[in-house]
Formats: sequence, C-alpha cells, structure tokens
Amino acid sequence: MAPTSPRPSRRRQAAQPTQSDHLLEVRDLRVHFDTAGGAVKAVDGVSWYVDSGETLAIVGESGSGKSVSAMTLLGLVPSPPATFPSGQVLLEGRSLLDMPESQQRKLRGSDLAMIFQDPLTALNPVFRVGDQIAEMIRAHQSVGKMAAKTRAVELLAEVGIPDPRLRATQYPHEFSGGMRQRAMIAMALANDPKVLIADEPTTALDVTVQAQIMALLEKLQAERDTAIVLITHDLGLVAAHADRIMVMYAGHVVEEGTNDEIFTAPRHAYTHGLLSSLTRMDHARPEKLEPIPGQPPNLARVPEGCPFHPRCRFATDACRADVPLLVAAAPGSSHRHACVHPDEVAIAHERPREPAPVVAAETPVEQRPPMLDVRDLVKHFPIRVGTFVKRTVGEVRAVDGVSLDIPAGSTLSLVGESGCGKSTAARAILRLHEPTSGTIELAGRDVTGLSLHDLRTARADMQIVFQDPYASLNPRMTVRQILTEKYELLGGELTDSTIPELLETVGLAAEYADRYPHEFSGGQRQRVGIARAIALNPKFVVLDEPVSALDVSIQAQVLNLLEELQQEFGLTYLFIAHDLSVVRHISDRVAVMYLGGIVEIADRDTLFEHPQHPYTQALISAVPIPDPAVERVRDRIVLTGDVPNPANPPSGCRFRTRCWKHLQLSDDEKRRCIEEPPALVPAAGSERHEVACHFAGEREVLRG
Amino acid sequence: MTTPTSAGGPPVDAEAGAGVLLPGADSATSGAAVPIGARGSGQLADVWRRFRRNRLAMVGLAIVTVLIVLAIIGPYVTPYNAFEQNLANTLKPPSAEHWFGTDVLGRDLFSGIIYGCRLAITVGLLTVAFSLLIGITLGAVAGFKGGAWDGVVARFIDVFLAFPPLVGAIVIVRAVGGGVTPVIVALVVLGWMTTARLTRGQVLALREAEYVEAARSIGAGNRRIVLRHILPNAIAPVLVYSFTSIGVVVVAMASLSYLGIGVPPDVPEWGRLISQATPFLRVPGMTYLWLAPALAIAITTLGFAFVADGMRDSLDPKLRGGN
Repeated sequence: MAPTSPRPSRRRQAAQPTQSDHLLEVRDLRVHFDTAGGAVKAVDGVSWYVDSGETLAIVGESGSGKSVSAMTLLGLVPSPPATFPSGQVLLEGRSLLDMPESQQRKLRGSDLAMIFQDPLTALNPVFRVGDQIAEMIRAHQSVGKMAAKTRAVELLAEVGIPDPRLRATQYPHEFSGGMRQRAMIAMALANDPKVLIADEPTTALDVTVQAQIMALLEKLQAERDTAIVLITHDLGLVAAHADRIMVMYAGHVVEEGTNDEIFTAPRHAYTHGLLSSLTRMDHARPEKLEPIPGQPPNLARVPEGCPFHPRCRFATDACRADVPLLVAAAPGSSHRHACVHPDEVAIAHERPREPAPVVAAETPVEQRPPMLDVRDLVKHFPIRVGTFVKRTVGEVRAVDGVSLDIPAGSTLSLVGESGCGKSTAARAILRLHEPTSGTIELAGRDVTGLSLHDLRTARADMQIVFQDPYASLNPRMTVRQILTEKYELLGGELTDSTIPELLETVGLAAEYADRYPHEFSGGQRQRVGIARAIALNPKFVVLDEPVSALDVSIQAQVLNLLEELQQEFGLTYLFIAHDLSVVRHISDRVAVMYLGGIVEIADRDTLFEHPQHPYTQALISAVPIPDPAVERVRDRIVLTGDVPNPANPPSGCRFRTRCWKHLQLSDDEKRRCIEEPPALVPAAGSERHEVACHFAGEREVLRG
Repeated sequence: MTTPTSAGGPPVDAEAGAGVLLPGADSATSGAAVPIGARGSGQLADVWRRFRRNRLAMVGLAIVTVLIVLAIIGPYVTPYNAFEQNLANTLKPPSAEHWFGTDVLGRDLFSGIIYGCRLAITVGLLTVAFSLLIGITLGAVAGFKGGAWDGVVARFIDVFLAFPPLVGAIVIVRAVGGGVTPVIVALVVLGWMTTARLTRGQVLALREAEYVEAARSIGAGNRRIVLRHILPNAIAPVLVYSFTSIGVVVVAMASLSYLGIGVPPDVPEWGRLISQATPFLRVPGMTYLWLAPALAIAITTLGFAFVADGMRDSLDPKLRGGN
C-alpha cells in the first residue's frame, strides 16, 4: 500500500524536529478522497494540538471529518483513494507524516495509540485476548514471550478485568462489550503511549458501562499523564471529561476553546445550534427543542463560503462568500471560532429557551382511561439443544412479569440497558413475539387471545417504529410501495392524494414517494418509518429507540415531529429508550426495567428528581449532562460487574449483584435481598410512584 | 428546491449527482444524505449503469446475445442443412464454400456448429430454469420454516450431492432413454442442490431482517413476506450462480455427448462433433474438425461467466449506498 505521507509541493522537507510547543500538533491537515463524483473534502484545513495530561474532545456529527482526521495520524486512511494536499503532524516536534513508513509504524502503538468504537470488530476473533495484547507488546518492545504474556495479564488487571489470568486465555466473543473495550484499552496502553486517541469509545456501550470506561480512562490518564483525544458526537460525555473542545463541521473546524467557554459562551452558529437541539435530563420542564434545519452537506459538494450557511439562521451574504477563518473570541483568548456573526450567536444563546408548549387537555392524564393495559406479561425463550429431537434445557427469561398501563394520548417510556427486555416486552405487547403468559388489553379489548386472523385486523391500531432506519425499510421497494402495502393489507381508503399527504405530514416532500430507501439519509428514512406507522391512524404506537441511530441535530427534528403527531392525532406512545435525556423530554411517565422486570415506575419528573431504586439512581448518575458546571459537582455512582445472564438470574432481587446499596447493608438485610424478590410497591408518599426494592431511599444524582 | 423548514423538510442539496460513502464515517449515527443515482432512479437502472461500466461484462453480454440470436434464427439462415450428408465431400478443410470444412459424413461444420448452438442454449437455459424452480422453492421453504422442514430438505441435498455427477448423469440418461430431454432431466436432478443451498442461506439470514418484522407489524402473512420481501432480496447471489452454471451445463452436456450418451449420433452437438474428431486428432491438417466445437464451448462458457461476474459486481450491496 502506498505510504500515507503527503508530498510537499515546494521544498523537500527532511525529518527534522520542527518547532512545536505541544505534545501532538496537527497543522492544516487536508484529506481529500478522489471519487467518481469529484473530490470529497473530508478534512479541509484542520489544526489542533494536545498536551500531556489533558483531554481534547473533537466533536462533530457524521461527515464532519473527525474520525478521518484521527485515523490519518495512525496511517489508517488508505492512500488511494485518499490524498493529502497539505498537512503536518508533529509528535514532540517531529514531523510524523514525513517519516519513512517503518519509523511511522514504530511510533504507532508505542507513542501514539488508538481505541476504536466497536470492540467486537477491533479485536481479532481467532486469537486469545492475552495473546493479542502480548503481540502488541512484543511489536514495540524487545521482551520474551513469557514476559509479554505476564505483562498482558497485568494490563488486564489494571483496566479492571476480574480474574485476569483466566480472561487472558479467552477469546473476544467470551467477553462482554464493556470488557472488550477494556481489553482494547489494555492493548492501547501496552506500550505506555503518550497520546491515546479514542474514536467514539463508548458509543456502542450501555450508559453504566460507559461510565465505568470513562472512569477508567480518567484514572489511567491521571496515573500516566497521557494525552487523550476523545472523538465523539456525545456532548454530555464531552462536558464531563474534556478539558478543551474542538467542534468540526463538514471537514472544517468551526470553533475551539475550553470546556466552559464552548458550553457557556459558544460563538459559532453551529455550536449554538447543537446545544439548542440537545435534550436535557436535568431540566424540570422540557424546553422546546430547536433543531438545526436540513442535513449535513454532501462532502463532494460542500457549499461555498462557510459550510454551515445553508442551515444557519444568521446567514448573510458575507457568509456565502469566503470560508471564514478562525479568529479569537476575545483578544488573547484561546477560544476561537469561524463565524461571521458571533455577536448574534451570543445574544441567541443568552436568551432563555421557551418551555415546550403544553396543550391543555380536556381531561388530565391521570383520569383518562388506559389505552393499553398490560398485566403480568411474561416472555421466556426456551434454550433447545439436540439435532433431530430438541430438548429444552433452560429458558432465557427475557420478560418476567411486567405490568403497565398507558392512558390515552400520553407517553410511557420504558428505559433500561441492553438485555433488560424492553424491546422484547414491546414486541410481545404487539404480539410480534407470542407472549408466554399475561394479558394485553388495547382500548379495552383483549389482544392476547385473538386468533391470527383477528390479530391482523387489530394490527391497524397498534404499530411500531423501529430503531434502525436502514434495516427497517425493504431496500427493493419504493417509499410509495412501502406505504401502499399497509393499505393493501389492512384496508383503508387509498386515493391519489393519500400518499403525498402522508409524506407531508411527516415532513417529506411528496415527490420523494418514488425513491428507494438508499437514496435517503437516516433521518429521512426514519420519517418514512413513522409515516408507515401512523398511516391508517393507529391508536397506539411503540417507538423502539426511534432516534438512537440518528445524529443529534436530526434527533431533535424527529422528536419534534413525534410530539406534533401525538398532539394532532391523539396517539398513545410506548417509547423505548436508553437515552435518559430524550426520555425526560418526551415522556409523561417512565418505567425502568432491569433483567426482565420493572424496578421503578413513576411520573416523569418524580422519577428524575426523586428516584428511589438504586438502579435508577445509578442509571441517572451515569448519564452525562451537557453542562460542565453541573458535571463537576455531580455524584457519580459507578456500578461494578456486568448484567447477569438472563437465563440464570440471581435469586431474590436481581439487581443485588451490582447494587451499591446492597454493599452497605447489614448481613440480615443482605439476606433479605438474596432470598426475597422485592415486589413493586408504592413508594413513600405517592400512589403513582412504585419501586421494587426492600431498601428504597432517596439520593441526589441529578445535580450536585 | 424549497428552503429548509423547521420540521426538517427536503434538504437543500440532496439532489442528484454521485453520492459517496466515506471510510471512517461515523457508523453509529448517520444523518448525512448520501444519494446515489439520479432523482427517482430505479434499482434496475443503477444496476444496469454499473454493469455497463464493466467492460468484461459487456463483452460477455455481447457473446450471450449473439449466442441467443443464433440459437433462435441460426438454423434457418445457415448456408447448408446441418444434417445433410454429402459423401462425395467428406473431410474437406475450411474453404469458401464450407467455412469450417466438412466432417466425416460430408456435413457442413459451420452449419453444424450453429445447430449445436441452439441445442446448447436450449439445454442450458432449460436446465438452469428448472434447477432454479426446484432449488429456490426448496431452499426458501427450508430457510424460512426451519425446523423439521429444514432438516428434511438438508438431508435431501446431502443425498443428491453424494451422487457422482457424471456417472449419475449417465445412469439417468440410460435409464430414461436417449435424446435431449433425458439429458435435461439428468442435469436438473443432479444440479439443483447448490441453488437450494444458496437460497436457503440467504433466506435464513433475511428472515430476521427488520423490514420483515415491519411487514408483520402491518399485517403481512408468511406468503407475502417470502414472496415480496425475502425472495427479491435473496436471489441476487442465486442468479449470479445460475448464470455461471449455464456454462457449466453446456460443458456437462458436451461431455455426455462426447461419451455417446444422450443426443443421437447424427445430431451435430458440439461434444458429439469433438468425439467424431477424436480418431483424427493426430492427423496433421485435421485440426479444424475439433477446433471449432471446442472454441464454441469455451466461448459460451466464458460469455456466461463474464456476465455472471458483471452481475455480481453490479448487484453488490456494498456499492449500493446506505450502510
């Protein structure tokens, strides 16, 4: 493969130390890809630096170029089709990209290390974990095999993997997601790097595991004085862990500064837009989300001038003319931005946000009849072994007795981490999985007992919007065909104007009807999925993590759409999510699930302000809030261990193996947790707040 | 285009033009529009466009087209009747009257090759068509229903795969009788298994696709799901394989004819022509007797193989945009 060094057009530079004040500095990096459609300018003039012991966060959405700029440092960008028209990378003053390939390789892995987003694919599945770490060590240090293996076990212990000697002999698929990420961190740290680049290190992980991993990175940084470059789209994570922030958009740097400067006083319209479209978990009344209109641009055709101007409400002709340069916000300040109208941005940011419009309902929520009433829903999956005749050897108890009810026109959110059974419960409610037992009533009508034929007609009233906008639309059907199919199957009047009107209701142009899914972006596809769900006016819609796969600015658009639809059509939502800030914004009532059961259920504000179950408290404390001032003073509960196997849950209270409160109890009390499964009973003082814990109690986890 | 509305209306520049997927683009979140192809273009148009760019595939397509045309009209336009014997004119090398020369019975070889083309194409297409019918049906049932159905079909596949193909073909043809039809029967019986396996694998994977679940949620039954949702997405690799196997079938039939099985001796089938040339292999100057049929077989196989390769590349989902 061709070396990735750029070829300077002017003088031939020898690999001499150049002046740099920083540990790692990138100067004017440009990465262009040659494609059939023209040059894609993935990174277009980006400069940044990081010093020992500090964390730089590079923030942006998809297409911003943040990952590509990091991968260039490690030579991971394949050289055709990529070209590097300019750019210097200075590690301790030495130009990295000018060095011969063999020298670059020496630095990668030893001085400069990277951890990736998906630990499953980043670890080689056919080698033992210990061997992979040892290989990393021996590639850069001359140590013997045994010494490397011993060091690998030590590293696994340092990153907090219990029983490291055993774990080192295991394969990646035997590790959980969090453990795999720890193993990858161990590999990255094997040679004590000076700079660690973390590319979305926790996006694929549950929020409690994310908290563990970030805590680990902080500890390691403090011990070894490593510089960390954190690449992410999660502003909450950034608020909690970054020292400095750089915001990227369409391959350009639009703003950079310290953590506080960016969050309290953004000066670029895009940064301000991002912050305004975030949902906040710690705000009592949900504020109106102000999404950034439109989509990030196609990088083959970045707009002239400021790349953000087509979506910017402050844009003027000056913005369209030339690409704005980075200027200091105040003389001598390190806070720089590339906006033509920073003062207008400042004014817009200072203005308090409007609370979300509350539509006065005829009957208050509590008094309405339930649209959905679920009692003791159970879904077990049998584990069968055998080739011809299969025996059942056990059960995965995905949903183990869930009861809930949702008043008409309101939203109940079901939150929990992966494996808690929330998606299974939602599908069982729709009878997409057949429930093992339990009753489900929709608008007073028992759905559980319906024959398959009656069920099909009943489906018109209960619909689902899926999480993955890419997988939930048949790639070989046009939008029109996808939507029409529903009318064909469930009856319903289909005129020439039906489909165009449906598309407009979800914010898509009518002429998109004859396009195929692959021609749309993620947010647009999700709108098609929503259109499919609300066609024929269902009463009840399950939303299975509908915004998790979308960029932050698009999330806000879709959330607003869902709220508008609910108001206009009186829809009842069951909203499944793991992102608690979104949950706080959109729900009326929240239920928290763990390992197949509901551990706490309450009205929205009550749950967030006065959580009583230790798991809820841990969950809330683990979710980072995009506000550095709040993050600094918050109480963080870090859970230990992993979620137990749902085929073999712990006796008594299922949460006790990870429960921080359990550790503080006396022996007698502990025995109660082990022997007696707690029932869901009303918490102190409120009928509408139920907790399943023997020792429920309050704890402040939202703010300091 | 309309200006962006607050509900996130049509984006300003999501229009036509080449779209591209960046390496390293954030895969957890995707909001950037990556349109591929012109506005409202069908999938078929995209596939065809990609196919057109592949030179080898176009060569293959040209060959296949020529073959099919020859198969249809060829025997009507040949200079001579391929069966007409002229014992005064045997074993003549290529000349102006007989472009490929004449064989041991005085028949014009050029006309014989063209007639053989009709046979080869007919048998090839019919065999593959029946194999597809049987293979897709059984494979879809096995993949979709799973359980006992899958077990039974899988065992059937294993049993049929256990037969040695050539020997099995000989046995079947001899048992059923002579002629072309038994050859087709034999090749279908011994050739449907791979199609079935491929289909089964694809259906098994697609059964869990989220859009299948979505179809269920709007009331689709099993039949609709298999026919409308799963199969259209499943058959791409099956079709590619089938195209390649047309060439394989032609070679198989030629082999059988070479051994004297199947087509009657007076029919100028390509393999038959080669076997008739065998006594003269070492005679100098007689190369023309076997060269034309051999080349015909080779070109046919290559033509279909190139088209299959081209199809595979242009149907490849990785090039289709989106994830």
